[in-house]
Amino acid sequence: MKQAGAGEPGYGRQLNRVYRAYVACFVVFILSLSWLESLGLSREAIGLIFLLSTVALYAGIGIISRTTDPVEYYVAGRRIPALYNGMATAADWMSAASFIGLAGTLYLQGYNGLAFVLGWTGGYCLVSLLLAPYLRRFGGFTIPDFLGERYGGHWPRMMGVLASVLCSFTYVVAQLYGVGLIASRLTGLAFELGVFLGLGGMLICSFLGGMRAITWTQVAQYLVMLVAFLLPVAWLSVKQTGSPLPQLVYGQQLERVSERERELARDPREREVMSLYRHRADLLRSKLENPSLALAQDRALAQLWLDDLRQLPATPEDIATAERALYQLPRDEAGARRLWSRELEEAESKMLPLGGMPPHAQPYAGDPTGSAAQQLDFQSSRLNFLALVFCLMVGTASLPHVLARYYTVPSVKAARNSVAWTLFFIALVYFTAPALAVLVKHEILYQLVGTRIDQLPAWVSAWSRVDAGLIHFKDINADGLLQFNELSLGSDVIMLASAEIAGLPFVISGLVAAGALAAALSTADGLLLTMANALSHDLYFKMVDPSASTARRVTLTKVVLLMMALIAAYIAALKPADILFLVSAAFSLAASAFFPALVLGIFWKRATGPAAAAGMLAGLGLTVYYVATTQPWLRSLFGLDGPVQLWWGIEPISAGVFGVPLGFAVILLVSWLTPPPPPEAQALVERLRSPGQA
Amino acid sequence: MSTPLSPERYWRLNRWLIAVGLLLGFVVTFGLGWFARELDFIFLGWGFNFWLAAQGALLVYLLIVTGYAWIMNRLDDRQLDAPGRPPA
Repeated sequence: MKQAGAGEPGYGRQLNRVYRAYVACFVVFILSLSWLESLGLSREAIGLIFLLSTVALYAGIGIISRTTDPVEYYVAGRRIPALYNGMATAADWMSAASFIGLAGTLYLQGYNGLAFVLGWTGGYCLVSLLLAPYLRRFGGFTIPDFLGERYGGHWPRMMGVLASVLCSFTYVVAQLYGVGLIASRLTGLAFELGVFLGLGGMLICSFLGGMRAITWTQVAQYLVMLVAFLLPVAWLSVKQTGSPLPQLVYGQQLERVSERERELARDPREREVMSLYRHRADLLRSKLENPSLALAQDRALAQLWLDDLRQLPATPEDIATAERALYQLPRDEAGARRLWSRELEEAESKMLPLGGMPPHAQPYAGDPTGSAAQQLDFQSSRLNFLALVFCLMVGTASLPHVLARYYTVPSVKAARNSVAWTLFFIALVYFTAPALAVLVKHEILYQLVGTRIDQLPAWVSAWSRVDAGLIHFKDINADGLLQFNELSLGSDVIMLASAEIAGLPFVISGLVAAGALAAALSTADGLLLTMANALSHDLYFKMVDPSASTARRVTLTKVVLLMMALIAAYIAALKPADILFLVSAAFSLAASAFFPALVLGIFWKRATGPAAAAGMLAGLGLTVYYVATTQPWLRSLFGLDGPVQLWWGIEPISAGVFGVPLGFAVILLVSWLTPPPPPEAQALVERLRSPGQA
Repeated sequence: MSTPLSPERYWRLNRWLIAVGLLLGFVVTFGLGWFARELDFIFLGWGFNFWLAAQGALLVYLLIVTGYAWIMNRLDDRQLDAPGRPPA
């Protein structure tokens, strides 16, 4: 694949030189930091150096690429070579969640987590075949821009703006939340400070240079992400298998993992732990039947025990322990209910083999040849897997910040090549994530399980000190050894601790965190610009004041960008943990709002403006309705109670399987009922379909 | 290689390629995905169903995307280089 059609071969060569120099500097930077670590530089200091230097780097690229020209600001002058746009899109698209969380999800869910790998890569087939070349041929500035020009009238454009902002805003809040989390874990800084530090670097970049600055920053960020992801996995693979290419050899490790899983299911110590947790679950369930009474009994008991100890000649340590037990009881009924529900949830998974995790290599839960309940479980698990793949695929092909990137290449041919490069660069990471999950599971099953509690490797205690939610263990059967069901891992720790699990120095953990930071910042950059462009270009310039001067438009975009960024950072600083769910729903929302209108706009001349607006509204409306009535947190927000009505057992994350078909159906139906689109719209479609340089 | 297609034939060929690409992607993802539990045999040292979802499908997607780009870009060159047709 050559870098087609740039028309400026010198430009491409110059870029290659710049980025080669950048990679060289980066390697020198890592090496000198690891030298400093060997001299005794602390973890916090290394973290802080990583945080500040990478944020400063991204801000610096922003300052160098500053611009006020609208074509540069909105679409980077449309001269980004296909390869570099591929890298930038890969960074734009890989969020903090997919960088840190994916390997963890694969660790926890095994085969069933591969829905994310399939959906998030397969979506690029849709982008390549159905959207990117035509959007580039259209040559607009934003996705609502395409809807507005193709369908005419204000409504399709308005719906486009609304859906862009709705999807992008929740997504950007989650990215900033991720920035705060990574910064605070890496350096010990306060969460809020981390959010605003990341925001600062990001704003300098996107505020000054728009799409141009963001593109070059994203390329730099992709390179950081790639090195940070591949290095620890390759090292771990050398340690376990002797091969530095884990993607080729982890099949045999997976076999060994499955073998050990079967062994553990029969292990007497594991069975002992499971039965202890079953008792615990029974106890908690009975406590939860009458929490206030149970709490009063617990308190009386703890008080009695303390009084008894004071009477006896007990050691001060025993008394202190008893005092702590009394002090740590929940303060009121609501607190007790929350605590016990959480403990019950944990106990109920720990009373199952492998802590409730499915066997790693087994597709879908349940058993198609087992009892009726198992068969039902199997059917529902398979249906949800495929529905999730569908939503993530169509959603990937509908996210406005990703699609807008294909406006920045020089030609239609470059757009096609660029999608291929994007998929290639994303696949580099996605071939590796399942390998990491398997290698870490192998390490834990064979090295960690059965180790004496007081001889656990240092990374276990180091990461549980950072956040007990990441990793914690409890020797519940008091045999002094760690059983698999005694260990709880949060999904993030798989990636964050990968370097130390592989036996690399902390500096590489710092690099991994810097990669995660790059993933969050690159995505947030693209999202902020998408929202700002939709509001200033489509809402203000196209609908309110079409006579606005170009300078005024760019200035307005910058102001909107700043406002959006501050609102998002403010919300992220409130730590709304529940918003993280909305990110996964963003794919379903984007899919049902944009996909039918975009595809039919290109492939069906008869699709009309009113139909497009109605279809977007119906698709988005149905998806929002389904999510709002089935997702626990949103249900409580809207004050819904009573049993959850799932349609065909589909989980709320895959609400798009209803919204997308409805969107198509409504557009088809309403188009037939309304007069055909005007000749200009038909001419536009003809132009999109013809081959062209641009 | 030098005669350009008529716009109708160009578009028909493009649609045909798109349909083939989509069908291939659909079969690999949803068709084989539906029967993942049954596809439980060893393939080059891997459990086939796991390998397919973790690597095989991704390779097919890459093939679809690069293949489509390669064919269409060559077709576009032919359409645009043809004599008597102004560059768009």
